[in-house]
Amino acid sequence: MTPDALTGGFSDAPVQSAHAFRASLEAMARPGSLHTLTGAIPPAPLSVAAGVLVLTLCDGTTPVHLAGAHDCAPLRDWITFHTGAPLVGAAQAAFAIGTWDALQPVSRFAIGQPDYPDRSATLLVECATLSATGPRLHGPGINGTAQLSLPETAAFIANRAQFPLGFDCFFTAGAHVAGLPRSTIVEAL
Amino acid sequence: MTAQDYNFAYLDEQTKRMIRRAILKGIAVPGYQVPFASREMPMPYGWGTGGVQVTAACLTPDDTLKVIDQGADDTTNAVSIRKFFQRTAGVAVTEATDQASIIQTRHRIPEAPLTEGQILVYQVPIPEPLRFLEPRETETRKMHELEEYGLMHVKLYEDIARHGTIATSYAYPVKVEGRYVMDPSPIPKFDNPKLSDSPAIQLFGAGREQRIYALPPYTQVVSLDFDDHPFVASKADHDCDLCGAGTSYLDEVITDDQGGRMFVCSDTDFCRARREAGHVGRLGTPAPSLEAAQ
Repeated sequence: MTPDALTGGFSDAPVQSAHAFRASLEAMARPGSLHTLTGAIPPAPLSVAAGVLVLTLCDGTTPVHLAGAHDCAPLRDWITFHTGAPLVGAAQAAFAIGTWDALQPVSRFAIGQPDYPDRSATLLVECATLSATGPRLHGPGINGTAQLSLPETAAFIANRAQFPLGFDCFFTAGAHVAGLPRSTIVEAL
Repeated sequence: MTAQDYNFAYLDEQTKRMIRRAILKGIAVPGYQVPFASREMPMPYGWGTGGVQVTAACLTPDDTLKVIDQGADDTTNAVSIRKFFQRTAGVAVTEATDQASIIQTRHRIPEAPLTEGQILVYQVPIPEPLRFLEPRETETRKMHELEEYGLMHVKLYEDIARHGTIATSYAYPVKVEGRYVMDPSPIPKFDNPKLSDSPAIQLFGAGREQRIYALPPYTQVVSLDFDDHPFVASKADHDCDLCGAGTSYLDEVITDDQGGRMFVCSDTDFCRARREAGHVGRLGTPAPSLEAAQ
């Protein structure tokens, strides 16, 4: 284990994770809205926002999948030390972390069962930037329509078609986070 | 005993993470009941242990908490839960709906419109709307899976056959975004229209039954009905006897054994604000602050 793995966690976990959860709740409940997450300093290539989400939501009961460049020793050590989450293959993951390209094909991830749609994966998609531009969103949580710079639209349209099954996404860039639950209807502009 | 003897907001971090994950999945599938590992709380089941756990998972030190029980801020259940979080989370508390960021409620939605940034947490006794029609969890789960809600319509129809009208007056079933039938907790059906298209996040916690479900903001929530027997959000056909409000949900209070009664707003904060604004009902007296001013 690298010594860096021991640093970069929350300094005041109860309060910092409470603020982080509220921001992620607002992000997931209002798809397309941008929120800021701070408090963690994870090793590269994990963004601050994704690091905060990992510390807030992951623990020994949530298998985590690291995709692509994120599957590196410093990050594996950091997640293991701070959360105790088992690192697993894509099909078993409750949380999957990586760039959109690295996460392909997204059909590998759990979408829940018809009687337990909550048993589905949450993807933490690392993006270069996030902005309220691009594909149009509407559905629960959105007053009228919203826009979000999604990496593509076809996968999210296919994901919505499986509702109430499907995966849910957090998009992270630096300290920013946006949510896209399976319930959101995505339209390419 | 001081607040420092507990973790912030009472629950340990592992438990809060588990509840937070359930809330996020609930938000992603509006109206679906997410199972969660409900904890023993320092209050009995039926006192809002589900709501308390959801509130504890959502609270930050910056929040202002309001707790109501059947609309009232000053009843035992509301006072106990408010004090519980004052002690274990050190949060600010208020009775004013518009100043609260988190409102935990037992069986009412406040009269004042909610706003973006607010979270309404419901205490739910029986989260399964089909439970009294089908006692087996395996069966009701299958019914939700297959979207097989005919039984609920039969129940409402039997109401009409027996009483001439849909007699269900609280815990009136709703359909969320055209998919899941949901129990809105035992709120009066007067409050049902406020569930739909609300700017606030609505979270439902059932402690004994170990279920969490949620309505994101601006979610379409439709009360079940029939074309020839449309849903009516009914209330007592009176005005509030203290503040004169004609649009708020009313409680009936028996005042003597001669048939005397009065109707008062169930939402005490709404009634107080109106009385302080100078409104006086049939049996009311001007609010103390106004008397002092005179």
